[in-house]
Amino acid sequence: MQKMILVDATKCTGCRACELVCSVRNERIANPARSRVHIIRFDSTVFEVPMLCQQCVSAPCIAICPVKALSRDKESGVVNVNYDLCIGCKMCMVICPFGGVGFDPVSKKIFKCDQCGGDPTCVKFCETKALQYVDVTAISLRKAWEHAQKLSKVIREFTREPLPK
Amino acid sequence: MRKQKIGYVDLTTGEIEKQDIPQSIRRKYLGGRGLDMFLLYNHVKPGCDPLGPDNVFVISAGLLSGTPSPSPSRFHCGAKSPLTGFIGSSNSGGYFSPELRFAGFDHLVVKGKADKPVYLWVHDGEIEIRDASPIWGHDTIATQQMIRDDLNDQQVKSACIGQAGENLVRFANVRTGAKNAAGRTGIGAVMGSKKLKAVAARGTLGVELAHPEEALRLYEEKIRKVLKSKATRAIQEYGTMVVFNTSNTAGQIRVRNFQTNTLDHAEQLEPEYMYENFTIGMAGCFGCPIHCRHKYIVPEGPFAGIYTEGPEYTTLGAFGTEFGVRRLETVLQGNYLANIYGFDTLEFGSMASWAIELYEKGLIDDKITGGLKLEWDDEKTIFELVDQVVFRRGLGDILAEGPERAIKKLGEDTRYYNINIKGMSNLHSDERAIPSFALGIGTATRGSDHLRSRPVIDLFNLPTKVLRNHYGFDVVNDYSAYKTKGKVIWWHETYNPVTDSLGICRIGTITFSLNRLGFQDYVELIRVMTDMEFTPEELQQIGERIYTLERLFNIREGASRKDDYPPERYFVEPTPAGLAKNRGKKIDREKYDMMLDENYEMHGWDKNGIPRQETLEKLGLDKEPSHIL
Repeated sequence: MQKMILVDATKCTGCRACELVCSVRNERIANPARSRVHIIRFDSTVFEVPMLCQQCVSAPCIAICPVKALSRDKESGVVNVNYDLCIGCKMCMVICPFGGVGFDPVSKKIFKCDQCGGDPTCVKFCETKALQYVDVTAISLRKAWEHAQKLSKVIREFTREPLPK
Repeated sequence: MRKQKIGYVDLTTGEIEKQDIPQSIRRKYLGGRGLDMFLLYNHVKPGCDPLGPDNVFVISAGLLSGTPSPSPSRFHCGAKSPLTGFIGSSNSGGYFSPELRFAGFDHLVVKGKADKPVYLWVHDGEIEIRDASPIWGHDTIATQQMIRDDLNDQQVKSACIGQAGENLVRFANVRTGAKNAAGRTGIGAVMGSKKLKAVAARGTLGVELAHPEEALRLYEEKIRKVLKSKATRAIQEYGTMVVFNTSNTAGQIRVRNFQTNTLDHAEQLEPEYMYENFTIGMAGCFGCPIHCRHKYIVPEGPFAGIYTEGPEYTTLGAFGTEFGVRRLETVLQGNYLANIYGFDTLEFGSMASWAIELYEKGLIDDKITGGLKLEWDDEKTIFELVDQVVFRRGLGDILAEGPERAIKKLGEDTRYYNINIKGMSNLHSDERAIPSFALGIGTATRGSDHLRSRPVIDLFNLPTKVLRNHYGFDVVNDYSAYKTKGKVIWWHETYNPVTDSLGICRIGTITFSLNRLGFQDYVELIRVMTDMEFTPEELQQIGERIYTLERLFNIREGASRKDDYPPERYFVEPTPAGLAKNRGKKIDREKYDMMLDENYEMHGWDKNGIPRQETLEKLGLDKEPSHIL
């Protein structure tokens, strides 16, 4: 079963606890600059958007890596970095459309989300459940449910018909 | 372990110096408010003009800011207050405080005065003074964005001033993000006087932790503890507005300045009304699971359609009950104006409603108001006064000077109607039925304010055994009592400085609930994050030291026991409304004096509120000011 970190930006409060705990768990320092997840916050609009590696199936980072340091774990679907091979050219960072790859100025290496090996710390500390760790195959049905719920409310308001008993 | 530093900036000469913080000073003052007090007591020349180049502006992060601790988001700023002439001290949540630490600094000390507008750019161990001429004149939201664009980095967090600070409104605040504000004591005017538009920070250095593997476990444990309290759950849902329903119904709220103590038909000011009609989500400050900020769109007026955040409980009074206003839309507009112009809503509400009462009573006339008819429950009056205050025109120019100076201009007979202590206006609450609250605003070192001590738990009639267990002494569990309340306030006056020095938000501490973090919890957090070992008693002594140092600062500027009393009206006029327990109540002067004596005695101060020599020696304050760091 492959799982992914599902982002629901509408639930995010922008508290950045995910950034904080990610850096503590993975880098042993409180430092959002070295976190695998980032909250993009706009002071002048409503939304805070958590951004992180989506573990793409057709991953640009794997394709562009000149030394094949990036590879996919067959079982979990997670894209991992082999630091013995990585030359720090940062091409993966440049090509990632989500900003999911970072560069650590201390260790001089790239870093990205590995879902903490199957128990993502960010998800554990997300108070409003804006981040959830779920089975990828179940996501579409979850989204369908959430949307249908909203839709049924709207339809009920428009038609003003009494609910079936 | 790499440690955060103090940066000294002289805006007159452009000199910048960076220094380590000695461990001995850390152990005595922790950080944030505590260490800022030490810096101010040593660097501010006694008797200096608060808006002159001799005043010193400090801004800092708490010792636990940016670490995995519950609600570690507060930055503190201070100076000699241009409002009161005593200690200026205010703090705010948001994201600035951790960013300052990530950039390598815990404290900045800014002296002198720039000859043209500047802002400080603090990043990864460096401090630069940059030109702010193009930014000067812009509001707080535009300012923050212009700085990001100027530095080409959208992650920059700034603490800045709006037009109110630039125009030296004596209650201008320091703003960050969409709404977070270090509101009280007019520190924004000090920045304005120095031509300092903002302090911008961005850091990638992070905060090193002494025991990172333990940190996450402890973070989770303490978050669970804070969230277990029902008070926290209520604030998660409705923000601090949650307090309004009970305090308004009970009769603990100022209406039409100070004419009555409950506003009837105020259904629209209830948090449920806000939540159902305007709130589009809740926002949380850095690392905080409580997320108490309402996100909303300004519903009407010239700024309709713009996104902003707030309002807090106090703003419901400052733009609502104090003007007799029942429409939330008015409060939401006022809140937005305070956000962009950068002024203290509490001070504005109190000063402007005072003016309206003076006008009603014929103590000021059309000549002074410039023809403006001042009326209750009137948006036109309120927003015209906002504009006049911020841009220093007409009557607003007088109100912008704060209580003491405005009274001097409008006549001594107006003094009775102004609700201030030590020259700072009270918030919108009426403490006549609650002696502990009244004492708290009386002794508060920064002037009439609830955040120095207010023990909301005093209202709950908790079992005496529970209270004894918590405080360590017997407490009368009746909020209308005077007995033992001097001691209760003492306890909170020694507890709050500790949390403020750690950068922890009041919402997560023992104010609304005993099921929050106490000294023991902070002992554990400090050990795991910094490796400093304390006992709970030592932490409380640090709180005592900080509070006494603030007291010393005020004494140096001429304060004494006479400045620790609520306004005359508290002793003369009984409350006309509210529930039976709150109706017909006024403060008994004799009993108030008894509370004050008890409070001073607990602090180790004499009858005049001056710390005794042995107290200073015990706290290690006998050699202050020491002028060494």
